[in-house]
Amino acid sequence: MTTDEQKAIESEIYAFVGQQVYPPTPAADDVNDAMIRQWAEIMGDTNPAYLDKDWAASSSREGTIAPPAMMYVWGQEGFQVTKGRAPNAMSNLVSTFDSYGYTGVLGTNVKQEYFKEVSPGDNITIEMIIDNISERKATGRGTGYFFETLSTFTDQHGEKIGTQRFKVLKFIPQEQPATAAPEGKLDVPSRIASPRGHDNKWWWEACDNGKVLIQRCDNCGALRHPPRPMCGECNSMEWDSIESTLDGEVLSHTEIHHPKIPGYQYPLVCAVIKLAEGTNLVANIVGCSPSEVQIGMKVKGVVEQIDEKTMLPQFYPAQSGRNP
Amino acid sequence: MNEHKTLTRTEVSVGDKLPAADIDITTGLVVCGALATRDFEPVHHSKAAAQAVGLPDVFMNILTSQGLMTRFATDWSGPEAIVKSVDLRLGAPNVPGMVMTVSGEVTTLDEDSGLVELAVIGENNIWGMHMQGTVQLTLPKES
Repeated sequence: MTTDEQKAIESEIYAFVGQQVYPPTPAADDVNDAMIRQWAEIMGDTNPAYLDKDWAASSSREGTIAPPAMMYVWGQEGFQVTKGRAPNAMSNLVSTFDSYGYTGVLGTNVKQEYFKEVSPGDNITIEMIIDNISERKATGRGTGYFFETLSTFTDQHGEKIGTQRFKVLKFIPQEQPATAAPEGKLDVPSRIASPRGHDNKWWWEACDNGKVLIQRCDNCGALRHPPRPMCGECNSMEWDSIESTLDGEVLSHTEIHHPKIPGYQYPLVCAVIKLAEGTNLVANIVGCSPSEVQIGMKVKGVVEQIDEKTMLPQFYPAQSGRNP
Repeated sequence: MNEHKTLTRTEVSVGDKLPAADIDITTGLVVCGALATRDFEPVHHSKAAAQAVGLPDVFMNILTSQGLMTRFATDWSGPEAIVKSVDLRLGAPNVPGMVMTVSGEVTTLDEDSGLVELAVIGENNIWGMHMQGTVQLTLPKES
């Protein structure tokens, strides 16, 4: 995108800041037991403050309240949205983004604050504005802008009962979304695939066959890992390989907590393991709790099928009895 | 009142873990959750509409996630706690067939006001983090 294009879109979108999406609009229905009951049943929420009148009468509130998370529900537009919504500042802002290619949309954050509890019989009014739009940002999804709406909720006495901030990313999609399989079967994620290039493909193929190989210089006999074309000792490019016994010792280790990556099993301990042959290998330690892993610990590796697509060496405490 | 105990501010400490909850994401929960929150966007009740935006099936709407996060917090605190805020960041969609595990921990506690902040995360077993954020509650002085 050129600077001129950026100036053009920004002059249009920033003009939306402060515009009203919904003028103050009272909900069609007062807060009521029927909608609360439906909500609570489906959420599996058995909080007696919502529907148990006897309990609520004897509680410090002296009556039932609506679930605070229903604050936005009372003013929702209803089934007619399936036929499209009436244009407003937000839909106009979205169309403006779309016209410049920022067609991706992703709700990223929603924050509700509650100042006052509400009860059956109260009537909630919502007012929504476009509160702010960020600078242009590069995100994992693509380049885009975050816009945030601010909804303010008041009761029939004009008292402010809460606010909601909703942040949406509008972005230029990096790739078209994949079309789902017709049956919509969930694709269970596997581990990130090993990168197989000219210099290391052979190593992974041996791993697929249950072996961990170590490259050996044909000229001077030095072992090396990870695989690479030239010996670091004598610069020879001739090599063969030996098979590791997978006896090893922990040189260093860490436990990966966050972010959790789909396809990986937790707890997840990653270690640098010094193999008996002398080279180091990065692999997972399994078969014991993460707190038992220590530097210097003796381990024994086994090449195992981790998921549908992945064979990897995993290391167990040497005395655990899982040894092959 | 005894059958519905509420934690008091002296009964909790920073670092307390909330009991984790596994929630089965079913078509029923997704569709009915959308209806209970009056969110009639077709992607939450029509599989064809969801597939048109690249997902394999209908997916949970934000107001249901928010409801489940609040429920998780008040299931732990008890009914006399007052919810002050729910601040959540959205991650991967919840789609029928998944299981979402919700877990949480007390991160701050103000004994004078009784305000407690909980860090809560809901992760599904297929795509990982679905929702992550904080819930603030005030706990009573005594039960």
